[in-house]
Amino acid sequence: MPLLEVRNLHVCVEGREILHGLDLTVNAGEAHAIMGPNGSGKSTLGHVITGKPGYQVTAGQILFKGEDLLALAPDQRAAKGIFLAFQYPVEIPGVTTMNFLRTALNAQRKARGQSGYSTPHFLKKARTVAKQLNIPQSMLKRGVNVGFSGGEKKRNEILQMALFEPSMCILDEIDSGLDIDALRIVAEGINAMRSQDRSMIMITHYQRLLNYVVPDVVNVMSKGRVVKSGDKQLALELEASGYAQFENAA
Amino acid sequence: MVAAQETAERVARIGVDQYRYGFETLIESDKAPKGLSEDTVRFISAKKNEPAWMLEWRLQAYRYWLTMTEPTWARVHYPQIDYQDIYYYAAPKPKKQLASIDEIDPEILKTYEKLGIPLREVAILEDVEPPPGGEQTANRKIAVDAVFDSVSVATTFKAELKKAGVIFMPISEAIREHPELVQKYLGTVVPISDNFFARLNSAVFSDGSFVYVPPGVRCPMELSTYFRINERNTGQFERTLIIADRGSHVSYLEGCTAPQRDENQLHAAVVELVALDDAEIKYSTVQNWYPGNSEGKGGIYNFVTKRGDCRGRNSKISWTQVETGSAITWKYPSCILRGDYSRGEFYSIAISNGFQQVDSGTKMFHLGKNTSSWVISKGIAAGKSRNTYRGLVSANRNAAGARNHTTCDSLLIGDKCGAHTVPYVEAKNSSATFEHEATTSKISEDVLFYCIQRGMSQEEAVSLVVNGFIKEVLQKLPMEFAAEAQKLISISLEGSVG
Repeated sequence: MPLLEVRNLHVCVEGREILHGLDLTVNAGEAHAIMGPNGSGKSTLGHVITGKPGYQVTAGQILFKGEDLLALAPDQRAAKGIFLAFQYPVEIPGVTTMNFLRTALNAQRKARGQSGYSTPHFLKKARTVAKQLNIPQSMLKRGVNVGFSGGEKKRNEILQMALFEPSMCILDEIDSGLDIDALRIVAEGINAMRSQDRSMIMITHYQRLLNYVVPDVVNVMSKGRVVKSGDKQLALELEASGYAQFENAA
Repeated sequence: MVAAQETAERVARIGVDQYRYGFETLIESDKAPKGLSEDTVRFISAKKNEPAWMLEWRLQAYRYWLTMTEPTWARVHYPQIDYQDIYYYAAPKPKKQLASIDEIDPEILKTYEKLGIPLREVAILEDVEPPPGGEQTANRKIAVDAVFDSVSVATTFKAELKKAGVIFMPISEAIREHPELVQKYLGTVVPISDNFFARLNSAVFSDGSFVYVPPGVRCPMELSTYFRINERNTGQFERTLIIADRGSHVSYLEGCTAPQRDENQLHAAVVELVALDDAEIKYSTVQNWYPGNSEGKGGIYNFVTKRGDCRGRNSKISWTQVETGSAITWKYPSCILRGDYSRGEFYSIAISNGFQQVDSGTKMFHLGKNTSSWVISKGIAAGKSRNTYRGLVSANRNAAGARNHTTCDSLLIGDKCGAHTVPYVEAKNSSATFEHEATTSKISEDVLFYCIQRGMSQEEAVSLVVNGFIKEVLQKLPMEFAAEAQKLISISLEGSVG
């Protein structure tokens, strides 16, 4: 059974159809890249899988470990192990990163019927993970993403991913706005998370990230559908020839 | 905007009907006849065995009240109040003189229990950052002068306070036992000719607290009073007078909740604070009167006059308030900075939901030299509520070197509520420095989704964001209250999940 299966997904935003029968199968342990031009529906896919309000699924289904994902509330999906690293992480003034992480993790654990982490246990865990990602302790005491640089915000997303240990990680343009050093740190964080029972979907415009996090499958999206899938070579071809050929194919 | 609409719908479902504290306690009561007249004033005064001067004072206030009409400048709307259709006095019938807290009517104690208010012990609270200075506050004692339906029914820790020389008792008793102090200070901060509601209160106040801290004494415990309206159709007219003599220090906590009911209830309290040379008063409030149901019906009308007089040099008065309840809140805790180098502070969190209307803020009158004031106001509006900050900062011609800093932030939840900021600044002295900052923000769909994607429920997400927004003020509360306030805030914003 695939970890995630998207079948004939049709999605509308404000009455306009954005996804027109999208199919995607992600097996456990696979890293997928989703590439495509602006407006092809890449981010929409991530939002619909995670349940962001404002999207209407008009046809099709999404199965996660065989379960109908669309029947679950967004927080339930998170508790099941679906994680979205946001393209634009929000700022939450007055809420320390540490407090945010603990509230979120304990909410997930509670939903799964697990006991919440005690403060000392949690602090230890968070500090260890932060250290691995080269995130200074002081950042954990600041308001969530408040005054963070672009690179810090993205690292904070990876920190959360590492802490929550989800089985389905969707990374929405995790490489945007990163310089080469920050990209390397983020990529190392992602690679460290790869395992047999965890899958990744990397939404990106560029080959650059895929040099560091090598995908098993590359999917090309155009006009709301996956129009071609292949191995990592496909990303290199795209880099060379652009998306135009797929625009016409769609 | 589909997304925005969904948020609005979810927020519309925020249920104020879920008011947790809507239960009544059955206690025989002893009421004054309905309506207000000189006879009502005489009845109340007689009921309290008051001396003649006190009755005269009340009657004078009543006559002033007759000459005035209700103020209409606040951004609140409510049906005309019929002052002749209100009971002005109700007291639970005392069965006998109470010697200790064990003798309180078990019904009343049960009420406190339901509220989760610890009467005898201070809960050691989790999840609240201890104030600077550390953990020792956890075991600090609180003296409770329990006000139940206008009459104080229990006073604890009396002996220890007595040892320190602190007088803490119902004001009705103080009028009899310490007439010289009451006469010297009562009405000197909020005179009987003050605003409409203060005049009304002066005429008919039933009870309240009296505190006197002698020179050089640091009050050994937090003083706390829990107010609670229990009698149908009974206006509540509490009167509190706190005097901190030279070099003394006192912290007073006030909190209240009210049972659910249909009729609107009038509440017009007056609080007067006097700080002499080098004295400090810290007055904290958690207010949770019944806000009305989801149609905006019922709920308390809360017209409060709170004013502190920094009468002495280098004195300090600090108001901290968390306002979550009431259908209407009309309240401007103020400081008269009369003494040179005196300081006034106002820290406020005002939350409105459903159809609540809040018009609140502060007034800082700089009269003395080198006086300073500091104002932080956090307003949160949800549902269809209206939340207005109204603040006045003024510097007298002689107030050389006066300084004020005001920060006024508003947070909106949903798109049917409103937040307004109305600052008044009057500087008659060119050396005064006044600063005013104001922001208005919204809990956006994106912020909520970010939290929810991390596994939080919508309620947890709203609560987290709100707590971040108000943290700065919450930290000013004594620790016991901070936790209670946090609980209240999550209750008042509960049900925001669709």
